[in-house]
Amino acid sequence: MEAIVLQVLNGLDKGSAYALIALGLTLIFGTLGVVNFAHGALFMIGAFCAVTLSKLLTVSHIVIDETKTDFLGNPAKVEVPYLYDVFGQATGDVIIDWAVPISILVAIPVMMAIGVAMERGLIKHFYKRPHADQILVTFGLAIVLQEIIKYFYGANPIPTPAPEVFAGSFDFGTLLGFDPNLVIYPYWRLVYFAFAAVVIGGVFSFLQFTTFGMVVRAGMQDRETVGLLGINIDKRFTIMFGLAAAVAGIAGVMYTPINSPNYHMGMDFLVLSFVVVVVGGMGSLGGAVLAGFLLGILESFASMGQVLEVLPGINQVILYVVAIVILLTRPRGLMGRPGVMED
Amino acid sequence: MLGLNARDLQILLLVAILTMFAPFFLNPFPVDSSLAQFNAGYPDLMQRFVIFGIFAIGFNILFGLTGYLSFGHAAFLGAGSYAAIWMMKLLTMNIIPAITLSIIVAGLFSLAVGYISLRRSGIYFSILTLAFAQMSYSLAYSVLTPITGGETGLQPKSNDPRILDGALEPGEQARASLFGMEMSSSYELVVSGWVFTFNVGYYVAAFLMLVSFYASIRIFRSPFGLMLRAVKSNQNRLGYTGVSARPYNLAAFVISGMYAGLAGGLMVAMDTQAGAERMFWTASGEVVLMTILGGAGTLIGPVLGAGMIKYMENIISKINQSVLESWFAWAPDFLQDFIVAVIYPFVGKGWHLTLGLMFMLVVIFLPGGLMQGIGKIGALFSRKKPNDRDSVAGSTPAAAE
Repeated sequence: MEAIVLQVLNGLDKGSAYALIALGLTLIFGTLGVVNFAHGALFMIGAFCAVTLSKLLTVSHIVIDETKTDFLGNPAKVEVPYLYDVFGQATGDVIIDWAVPISILVAIPVMMAIGVAMERGLIKHFYKRPHADQILVTFGLAIVLQEIIKYFYGANPIPTPAPEVFAGSFDFGTLLGFDPNLVIYPYWRLVYFAFAAVVIGGVFSFLQFTTFGMVVRAGMQDRETVGLLGINIDKRFTIMFGLAAAVAGIAGVMYTPINSPNYHMGMDFLVLSFVVVVVGGMGSLGGAVLAGFLLGILESFASMGQVLEVLPGINQVILYVVAIVILLTRPRGLMGRPGVMED
Repeated sequence: MLGLNARDLQILLLVAILTMFAPFFLNPFPVDSSLAQFNAGYPDLMQRFVIFGIFAIGFNILFGLTGYLSFGHAAFLGAGSYAAIWMMKLLTMNIIPAITLSIIVAGLFSLAVGYISLRRSGIYFSILTLAFAQMSYSLAYSVLTPITGGETGLQPKSNDPRILDGALEPGEQARASLFGMEMSSSYELVVSGWVFTFNVGYYVAAFLMLVSFYASIRIFRSPFGLMLRAVKSNQNRLGYTGVSARPYNLAAFVISGMYAGLAGGLMVAMDTQAGAERMFWTASGEVVLMTILGGAGTLIGPVLGAGMIKYMENIISKINQSVLESWFAWAPDFLQDFIVAVIYPFVGKGWHLTLGLMFMLVVIFLPGGLMQGIGKIGALFSRKKPNDRDSVAGSTPAAAE
């Protein structure tokens, strides 16, 4: 029993990342009809926003500390972040400690800007071209973005810790009446799940309860008619592209403490995110989120020892098997609208 | 001659001359000149040119003719590699059984994958093939370790059975050969400063590439090839005329899978090892890059693209900061620093960036690939009407669809 609870929990954080990336992919596909192979790169850039900010916050100057001496007996030189000068040491430490969550504030405008620039500068010219060309050009863009990051940050993963408060693990089992230490779960993963839930809820309520969202949904149904009604749908779709980029970006920001970011982390997630989108149904936002969590949990169940004894190696391939079965038996996915990309 | 029209024969002869005299063409600089690092005429790289050329020619039969974009072709190359290495371990180090089996295994594997994947088209087909390839990669890495050697891969060992070969002398290494001619042996011709290397393995691979190139010309010009083009331009209309497209698609898929298997078998014949990383999806992406860069749907394009990417991978990646500095040593210091700083991100370890940018530019501006570019330049200089420009490509580069 506790094993099952543990696997569900383990699946949630990976599922959250899948769901967030797949949500962005689906937003882009549903609005603009573009298959964006560069979406993983956006996730990766988001993660590097966090890396950059935590580096920037600790930019230091050297002062001579009279109270300490180094091994030669001279007054020791101490690096002091500029942040201390502005906020004082206590507040400065807190800010540095919370660099990752703070990065979200930076990442949203940055990613919005990147997304809008990408749509206006590149993707716009590919609406009339076949899907294969869209895949190819975004694939090329992903390589370019990846290499730019590699040039500036190197090829090694850069550890970026979560705030001190979330460093430990939470004994989830005691809540449900199991023995202590049976079901323990890192705090940050809980935070990630809660964060993903908030973002997903935010995106859905934005689409559901605002006029802007209403127009976008109408445009997803029938772009031409909305355009004929005198609404500038292209502009709104551009903003949705920016929003999708921002969702991928902040998903990347919050993922940094779970997995140290490196330049190819986006590609690793991208392949699986496509699987998620296909299983959920091309163009269905709810489907993407549902499939993201389901597949995340399924993957962690498949890596249980008992399952591996029966079906060795199943954890490596389960997602692909599910995708193949779904594509062959129910091409529109779990929640896809009939008629959308059913070929 | 050979069942080709005059123009195709010219192309075939051109490719034949280029491949047969490649050790000369690729070694234009004397060994001790400062430009010697641009020489690509060493056996390892030349072998790669032709092997990836075969891979890309095969991929082009699928993507260039039918328009089905497979993102999983490396799986067939990997399967071919494993088949070849097992043949070398069990039967003989002679490469003929190894390559034959690798083509057969890759063909059967692609038949199975294609039968399932081709039920869908467009983006779904791409994702299905990607899923199959990633699945094969993961399995080769984990569960199938007894067959694939897992992370370490497979190499011929001294205690392998090798039924047809005699037992090895103690200390003797198993080397791939063709009736006694070792793949790694080569003859060096020294002409005052230039060194030209003629490698057995390269000529075996080059001969097989010429054969596969010839086969691909025949496929392009055959009624079967026309049916494949019909699939690309309008599959629905093909259905209305009462023709089922699936057998044709499947045949194209299997043929291109067999080409991939041949490439995989040849790789093993050259370096006698096989590993799962050959199946990783970036390897599939690479052949897509090659084909598009050179020009999908053209005859020579994929070979050109393969050569270009492999050249960049091996030559451009060797240019480092000090090399750049020595090139621009003539410039004043500030200018030299500036030029080096501008160029440096694009060479050396950053060659992927150049590749990515080039690929994007080609997809955006030249959907027909470099061949279309050459055609356009050719049209500028010739007085012919612009619609004659495909005479360079030998087939229609109007693959932009």
